Amino acid sequence: MEGADIPCLPRGVRLHHDKVRDAWVLLAPERAVRLDPIGHAILSRVDGTASFDQITADLAATYNAPQEQIAGDAAGFLNALRERLFLEVA
Amino acid sequence: MTHQPPIAMLAELTHRCPLSCPYCSNPVEMARQEQELSTEDWVRVFREAAELGVLQLHLSGGEPATRRDLTDLVKAARDAGLYTNLITSGIGLTERRLRELDEAGLDHIQLSLQGTTPEMADEIGGYKGGYARKMQVAGWIKEIGFPLTLNAVLHRRNLHQLPRALEMAQEMGARRIEVATVQFHGWALQNRDALMPTREQAKEASRLVAEARVALKGKLVIDYVPADYHSDYPKRCMGGWGTTGLNIAPDGVVLPCHAAQTIPHLEFWSVSDHALGDIWQNNPAFNAYRGTDWMSEPCTSCDRKLKDFGGCRCQAMALAGDASVTDPVCKKSPHHPDLAARADAHAASDAALVYRSAPGKAQTEPAE
Ligand code: SF4
Ligand code: SF4
Repeated sequence: MEGADIPCLPRGVRLHHDKVRDAWVLLAPERAVRLDPIGHAILSRVDGTASFDQITADLAATYNAPQEQIAGDAAGFLNALRERLFLEVA
Repeated sequence: MTHQPPIAMLAELTHRCPLSCPYCSNPVEMARQEQELSTEDWVRVFREAAELGVLQLHLSGGEPATRRDLTDLVKAARDAGLYTNLITSGIGLTERRLRELDEAGLDHIQLSLQGTTPEMADEIGGYKGGYARKMQVAGWIKEIGFPLTLNAVLHRRNLHQLPRALEMAQEMGARRIEVATVQFHGWALQNRDALMPTREQAKEASRLVAEARVALKGKLVIDYVPADYHSDYPKRCMGGWGTTGLNIAPDGVVLPCHAAQTIPHLEFWSVSDHALGDIWQNNPAFNAYRGTDWMSEPCTSCDRKLKDFGGCRCQAMALAGDASVTDPVCKKSPHHPDLAARADAHAASDAALVYRSAPGKAQTEPAE
């Protein structure tokens, strides 16, 4: 994941609030991935227009943490989703 | 004690289907059209499912497209908050219907593949022209942009077509392919002689899948169901009995898995008499094989018991005559050597296909 990359959720993959379990999940074909608060914070900023740099800058400001550290974690998380084809990069 | 809620629900909207695949997972005793739940019933059940905790809804059959209210059902499921997946052979879907389903919010389509050539596909499906029609439907699916999984069902007669199936998935724009070796339940149980893969075929398929997973990483996700009669350990069926999923038969009977009615002493409840949550929590059939308390040796003291929950209950019933024993696919089962020998004997047979019949008809229909 490069700074200028614009991640997006492809059709058929979407965020959903699971009321019964009180958690956010990523719904995809045959899968429901339970998200922790960090995963949700990242994915809720993936809107198909924000670049990876913009997303991590926003997260750094919100959580008052160094952007490089956040970028490392977020890239790991997003790359894993990309490998499963739950995420695309424009 | 309350049990964790299910994640996935398979709604078998109908047992009717234009095809008559010899491995169909529908029961040999099928529900007739008059017995099928109404639109209102299904809509209520979808709401109950979402309230219970179901996230994923699979609309299946038979062929779900034979239900005239399919679009309304998809819409109702989306309104209830469910992720909706349509499991179809494609036969019976028109371009107009697909566009309506798109508008109704259908999330994903799973298209079954009986073979990679018209000859193979039409012979297996028992329906002339089926392959050509399916290819047309695949074209519309791609044009509309539905996320697609190709579901290739493989057995002795068509396992050599696996490489082509992988190519076809990519040509169709699928993100996923399910490479599913036939599981011997339902109609397939009567077709073990005609469909059982050879040991070499099963090995070769595993090798091809492993290779393709590396080559197609990031392009195509491959889910693989190996030939279990040739395996050493059984599958974790349904993620564990009564833990993650449930099935609803066309007449509203709720089942822990599609073959559960082959276990004669279990009594299943219907959504016509009980709320779905009540069935999930309290129907003794759901509690019969939950967890590990029901197990006996060799499972009780096995370190894999939370991994596979002793395998498939219906397979234990079918092959060992007792649903509460170790799945005979497991090499620790006393029935395993017999199963392995039988698998080889089935694979060496040259029996003809026995096609599934239509609901309410006792006799198998001819292939054309
Ligand atoms: S397996 Fe074949 S016959 Fe059975 S429902 Fe599917 S397409 Fe129809
Ligand atoms: S003995 Fe039972 S728990 Fe152990 S691997 Fe075999 S089926 Fe699974």
